[in-house]
Amino acid sequence: MNSLTVSESPQVVNGGSDREKAAILIEDVSVRFRLSSLKTSSVKEFAINLFKRGVAYRDFWALKDISLEIRKGEIFGLIGHNGAGKSTLLKTVARVLKPTTGRIRVNGKIAPMLSVGAGFHPELTGRENVYLNGTILGFSNRQMETKFERIVDFAELHNYIDQPLRTYSSGMRARLGFAVATDTKPDVLIIDEVLSVGDEAFRDKSAQRMRAYQEQGATTVIVSHNMNMIREICHRAGWIHQGRLRMLGEAPEVIEAYLEERRSIQKPKGA
Amino acid sequence: MTTVYDTAQLRPPALEELFETFRYRHLIVQFVRRDIITRYKRSFLGIAWSMLNPLGTMIVMTIVFSSVFSRGDSAAYPVFLLSGLLAWNFFSNSVNLIMNNMVWGSNLLTRIYVPRSAFAVASLGTGFVHLGLEVIPLVVVMLFVRVPIRWTMLFLPVPSILIMFFTLGLGLILSVIAIYFADIREMFSVILRAWLYLTPIIYPEEMLSGSRFAWLLQINPLTHLIELFRIPILEGRIPTMAEMLPGIIIALATLIFGWVFFARQADEFAYRI
Repeated sequence: MNSLTVSESPQVVNGGSDREKAAILIEDVSVRFRLSSLKTSSVKEFAINLFKRGVAYRDFWALKDISLEIRKGEIFGLIGHNGAGKSTLLKTVARVLKPTTGRIRVNGKIAPMLSVGAGFHPELTGRENVYLNGTILGFSNRQMETKFERIVDFAELHNYIDQPLRTYSSGMRARLGFAVATDTKPDVLIIDEVLSVGDEAFRDKSAQRMRAYQEQGATTVIVSHNMNMIREICHRAGWIHQGRLRMLGEAPEVIEAYLEERRSIQKPKGA
Repeated sequence: MTTVYDTAQLRPPALEELFETFRYRHLIVQFVRRDIITRYKRSFLGIAWSMLNPLGTMIVMTIVFSSVFSRGDSAAYPVFLLSGLLAWNFFSNSVNLIMNNMVWGSNLLTRIYVPRSAFAVASLGTGFVHLGLEVIPLVVVMLFVRVPIRWTMLFLPVPSILIMFFTLGLGLILSVIAIYFADIREMFSVILRAWLYLTPIIYPEEMLSGSRFAWLLQINPLTHLIELFRIPILEGRIPTMAEMLPGIIIALATLIFGWVFFARQADEFAYRI
């Protein structure tokens, strides 16, 4: 059994005020998806189902009773198998998914990197897309005007900015999306393994920018299968297993336990 | 000033959605821009299509129907028809756009937070811009067939907004249904066609008075709303309060019901993907 499974902080006792200071507070969060025969359905199928056996849903709990506090300025890693619920957890923090039960509280402005270039339109020019994407991220038109030059500078797209986006390569799109999303320092950065943006030079540049934000105190949550990276940059890590928080602690310990289990599962196969 | 997102302190869904939609008003403006720009960007006549399209329909229908449907005053028929068509197009195009934008939007909604109703509100903005443009050919036709242009046309924004409220309410309801049944859009396009013929647009309302279908026109919300749109153009007066009341009640009731229903169901968009 793992003694680290429960939050190790002794401050929990003196409670409230400290909890309110957490950058991200996740409290008994569960998310239920409804999978049903209705999903790809038509009215006809629905009528048939209704007639035959009532409408049946299959509930699937993608997350179950997750409690977690992420401190201000912390770099927090989330690890786990595919489909364990890591991305779902990120989505609840990014406000994309509302938890079915439980509470999420995020202090400050979020830059969700789940969404690099989300909402780009191919027929619009790069310039028009910068404005569209900026307002999707919640900025006003006037704010975007002051940001515009910096964004184009960072994306290195001066010569193409008035061309329609459909003429851009995928690398150019990613650069533009990243530049818009990270132009101003967010309070909370949410990264779902999208660090591989553009060519190598730009990848370095974007990694550098994120590191700079972290050093300036941006709280960061990263989902990755790259254990070396998590071990290197994260202070703490959480291991999500089948929708539950299996373990929480210092990054190296959590990674060690996770890898240990993977080895023990693989061994019998090999033997 | 830090923004705080806290699920424990959200307002009731309908209010929360309203506040957030206002907060994201810049996004709505950008969506409208995008809809208009992308629609015309690669076409030769560009924005002129928006004016030529109803004009073409009007000319064809006038040739076919003017002798059948006009009420003695055949000069006014093209204006009668065109004014009805403008209001109808505003309604039907906007409902379709709302559903299309919600489908497009659901892709975005799985990756980033934006208030879900922003897509619907933006669709109406787009429809409203087109309606404004379409008034230009209407005025040209009025000059051409010598129907006097009166100052009461300045009243047109009021019935337009009522149609907008009704459309938004209906569009939101249909969007929620579309979460569960993808084929509601095909079904609705059939309904829309029938609805067009059950609304006095190509024929005057009196034509069916006394018929056993007259009640259908009476329970049709668009009969009332489109009438309010036509009175300032054709009769050169502002509708009386008694004429306005059914339209106002229908529009507001549909809007409020649709908004609340949508806001309470909106989370399902993310759960059922």
